[in-house]
Amino acid sequence: MAADSSDGEEEDLVNYGTALQPLQEGERIKKPVPLQEQTVKDAKGRYQRFHGAFTGGFSAGYFNTVGTKEGWTPSAFISSRQKRADRTVLGPEDFMDEEDLSEFGIAPKDITTTDDFASKAKDRIKEKARQIAGVVAAIPGTSALDDLIGPSKITIGVELLRKMGWKEGQGVGPRVKRKPRRQKPDPEVKIYGCALPPGLSEGSEDEEDEYQPENVTFAPKDVMPVDLTPKENVHGLGYKGLDPSQALFGASGREHLNLFAADSEDPSNLIGDVRNNRRRKLGITGQAFGVGALEEEDDDIYATETLSKYDTVLKDEEPGDGLYGWTAPKEYRSKKRSETEVKYIGKILDGFSLASKPSAPNKIYLPPDLPRNYRPVHYFRPVIAAGNENYHLQKVLEESTGKLGSDATQQSRHALNASQRREQLGETVLKGPAPSVLEYLSEKDRERLKEVKQASEQQMKAKMLPQQPRNSRFQPASPDDASHKWQMLLGGQLANAGSSDFKPFARDPEKQRRYESFVKSLKQGEKVDTLERYLDPNMTEWERGREQEEFFRAAMFYKSSNSALASRFTRAKYEDDADKVEVPRDQENDIDDKESAVKMKMFGKLTRDKFEWHPEKLLCKRFNVPDPYPESSIVGLPKVKRDKYSVFNFLTLSEPTTSVTQDTNERKQENNSVSKPKKPSRWDISDKEKEKKDSISEFISLARSKADLLQKPPVPTTEESGTKAAETLPSEADNENKDQEQEEESRPSMDLFKAIFVSSSDEKSSSEEESDEEQQPSTSVVDSETTGQAGLPGSSSSNIQDSVAVKAEPGVSSLPASKQEQNNAEEFGPKLPPSFSSGSTWQQETVVPASSPGPGRKEKHKKSREKHKTKRDHKHKKEKKKKHRKHKTKGKHKNKKSEKDSSSDTTDSSDSLSDTDSTNLSPKELLRRLKQLQY
Amino acid sequence: MAFPRPRPARPELPRKHVRTIECGQGAVRAVRFNVDGNYCLTCGSDKTLKLTHPMCLLQKVNCVQFNEEATIIVSGSIDSTVRCWDCRSRRPDPVQVLDEAKDGISSLKLSASEILTGSVDGRVRRYDLRAGQLYSDYVGSPITSVCFSKDGQCVLAASLDSTLRLLDKETGEMLGEYTGHRSTSYRLDCVLSEQDTHVGSASEDGNVYFWDLVEGSLALTLPVGRGVVQSIAFHPTLPCLLAATEGCVQLWREDTLPAPGGVLSTPE
Repeated sequence: MAADSSDGEEEDLVNYGTALQPLQEGERIKKPVPLQEQTVKDAKGRYQRFHGAFTGGFSAGYFNTVGTKEGWTPSAFISSRQKRADRTVLGPEDFMDEEDLSEFGIAPKDITTTDDFASKAKDRIKEKARQIAGVVAAIPGTSALDDLIGPSKITIGVELLRKMGWKEGQGVGPRVKRKPRRQKPDPEVKIYGCALPPGLSEGSEDEEDEYQPENVTFAPKDVMPVDLTPKENVHGLGYKGLDPSQALFGASGREHLNLFAADSEDPSNLIGDVRNNRRRKLGITGQAFGVGALEEEDDDIYATETLSKYDTVLKDEEPGDGLYGWTAPKEYRSKKRSETEVKYIGKILDGFSLASKPSAPNKIYLPPDLPRNYRPVHYFRPVIAAGNENYHLQKVLEESTGKLGSDATQQSRHALNASQRREQLGETVLKGPAPSVLEYLSEKDRERLKEVKQASEQQMKAKMLPQQPRNSRFQPASPDDASHKWQMLLGGQLANAGSSDFKPFARDPEKQRRYESFVKSLKQGEKVDTLERYLDPNMTEWERGREQEEFFRAAMFYKSSNSALASRFTRAKYEDDADKVEVPRDQENDIDDKESAVKMKMFGKLTRDKFEWHPEKLLCKRFNVPDPYPESSIVGLPKVKRDKYSVFNFLTLSEPTTSVTQDTNERKQENNSVSKPKKPSRWDISDKEKEKKDSISEFISLARSKADLLQKPPVPTTEESGTKAAETLPSEADNENKDQEQEEESRPSMDLFKAIFVSSSDEKSSSEEESDEEQQPSTSVVDSETTGQAGLPGSSSSNIQDSVAVKAEPGVSSLPASKQEQNNAEEFGPKLPPSFSSGSTWQQETVVPASSPGPGRKEKHKKSREKHKTKRDHKHKKEKKKKHRKHKTKGKHKNKKSEKDSSSDTTDSSDSLSDTDSTNLSPKELLRRLKQLQY
Repeated sequence: MAFPRPRPARPELPRKHVRTIECGQGAVRAVRFNVDGNYCLTCGSDKTLKLTHPMCLLQKVNCVQFNEEATIIVSGSIDSTVRCWDCRSRRPDPVQVLDEAKDGISSLKLSASEILTGSVDGRVRRYDLRAGQLYSDYVGSPITSVCFSKDGQCVLAASLDSTLRLLDKETGEMLGEYTGHRSTSYRLDCVLSEQDTHVGSASEDGNVYFWDLVEGSLALTLPVGRGVVQSIAFHPTLPCLLAATEGCVQLWREDTLPAPGGVLSTPE
């Protein structure tokens, strides 16, 4: 609002808002209150908690606790004995704060006009405007009247209607000219209690009745037109929605205004309305969330019972229960009331009418007269005639069917087995699997079994054929005896045989059918000789006898416990895929390769398998190691599903082999570079190892030369091919030395390669070497022997070592101590199994090739190397190493070259390879495979 | 570059028999030093474990659970499984079962993050927890004993073909081979000396053999007893050896040690 300008000087100016107070001299400018301190506080200076956003917020108790700062203090206990009269009933208000009782609290104490009685417009401006209007208006004082009696909530639609001249209780529409209804109290309705003074009601109506001017029009009756639209909704028949007259003003509105409504024509209704009005709610009433516009208030369940709540007048049902509900025309309603029968039938649905005359009552028949000698117990008489032969059978049947005399029942009640009881009780048969063992076998196995069976049966038949005549002699007697015996034996078990799911011959439906009929007839107590007709007539007598016995046996075998037991097993839920099996994804490679590798002492790549292995998370935690596979849930080796009987499960291609089979030579070398094969020299260490900085390997490498120096007398037996070539071709190698050295890291010795391709490379190298090669076989034996005789304790050559080991073994075992060991063996724990195939047999194998040229040549290699070392002994160690490497690379290079040369005729070379290497036993395996894969 | 020789004053091998501890446990199946070498743990054929102090007082200390690491017990069994048991939670079931072996586990060692197993199927398996890899080295003959070198770079594997093999841990290549003892039927121990200078092995002929690790030459033969020397253990810091033979454990020390007084026996 615009502030009025107080000063006359500034009349021209229009000011908005409140002016700031003028600053006084010396006063410091107030700091603006920071945002966090702009808090809302209540009357007590407490922070408003803003509970109840719609009621303006409140804080409960002391800082949302109870009562005071000290908290809630329970009232002191006062014994009710002395002060019984003082006992007060605590209401909810006793637990409320002052704020709650204030004007804006939950339970305001001040008397205020409630919503129902509050005037329409509350704001004062409008009030003022209306007051002015009231003064100005034609009839003064209307607004004051309006204030007094004006009902509170009137919707705009009602207001508009009113403005148009509509009055409550009138219908909407043009005014009609009609004779007003004769208003007469219903003759059947009797009024109890104080009746209205007759002159007041009837006299006035009579007056009205008489006074009927012609030109007076009446407003139309407030009647909703009967809706004759077909039912399209899914509500039940006779469903009527909410009464709009009730909805219009709500419960309170009706109470007030229905005085003038259509129903009020009825004087009894007047009383009813009074009664309605008197149905006041007692006690505290409250609505948590209010009542919706079209809802009625809930019944007050806390209301106290008063007499006024009950009807004091015997009269009809409340209006609105008729066919048309509240929309029913008055005439119909009154007419309907005459028919008393409707009352207890209820609503009559559309299209139905009450029957004019009552239907005839149901005729009741009297129960028949019982004969005098009637006894309410029924005796079943067994059908089977008693015979001494069938006695057991009968008994069984009687047992099974439960058709027993009273005396027998007592006995057999305990003799019943589970299945019999089950049948008697009418329980369902336990679902057991068909107990044929064959069911569980696979198709193949079954067929195999069948074949075997057939074969054996044929054999049997063939065998039995000559015996048949002799057997037939006994035949007439034996089956009878046997079956009789069986029948005796069967006894109680027979009852269930063949009855249920027991199918012993499920595989052979024909036989099963025969068996079933057999058992059935057996149950019926047929004689054994008649039973035979159920057997296959095509069969021989012996076979028939056998089958009969078989049937008996099967019937015997099937006991109730069998099915009970069978029910405990279920068929496999899933077809267990017999073809698939879970195998580790990576499997340890074929031992044969490793065997040969171990034989050649080429430990390393060849003997090593590397798998992905997933340690348990907890294990990693305990070892203080980060989980290598944090996201995988596998533990152990990863597994793969494979065909159970796949060839690939058993055929594991070893990695080294496959790597060797690479087509290009380059690839081969690279692959081999990783797996540096060992020379027979026990201390041979690859370059890679030499470069290792760890103590041991350096130790070893350094000491190796030393050991060589000390142990090996520098006796040059023959000139070596590699060194010779290296020495004779220094110029060639020099050019490529640098490159080769760089490659050295990745490409190691070509020893394995040499071992494989040695013949081809040697063939190409020079005639001298070839001659050496040829000479070698003869000399190698001598060499090995000489070295062996040298008596070095840790003899370097594998062959010798092995042979020594073999020699040593019997010697050691023949020690006297060994016998004692044998005696004490058990005390010292279990003996480990003898080394299989790798220990003894392996040694035996190696003894033979000891004289063969292959290892001999290897030894020669080694010797040559030793020779190199001796030659370069005076040089610096590092230089020596380097040079050695150079030579090696040169040799390699040469090899490579030669291979490249021979690459055109690889097949030739490989052929020759095979020829030449047939003598070389140890890498033979490798070679053979390699060759096969090369083709 | 000359080879740096170890200090000559430093004794390398236990050459002197100091005392014999009568364990009274039946045949001693295994003898072990604890981490700091102050105690020795023996397990006998009467299913007992005995912790003794071989250096000074020869008294029974306690019967203890065999425990390789503080938190995990790893047991290798004859049913070809290695089982890792958690000591903390004391779960009744193992944390993990390593069942890759095809035959009984004969020997087992732990390092900081590795489990080394030797199996009768002739393979040395190394489970690397850090890398999540399993390395399986085929040796051929049933493994009787495995052990790590002190620097953790090598693996020593004794097998029933009377051979000890020193394998490179990373590549699986063979660095050395040691023969001369006899090991054909029993599960015998092999050891590395405290500075990785020597390789030792028990033998069925009643001796303990020591080889120079580098040269591979037989350095020492200790006549321990007449029966099978089944288990030996090398002190982690001193040149000191425990050897279990028949029913007793012998303690061997370096030459320079002043003689305390021959063979002692426990008052059993």
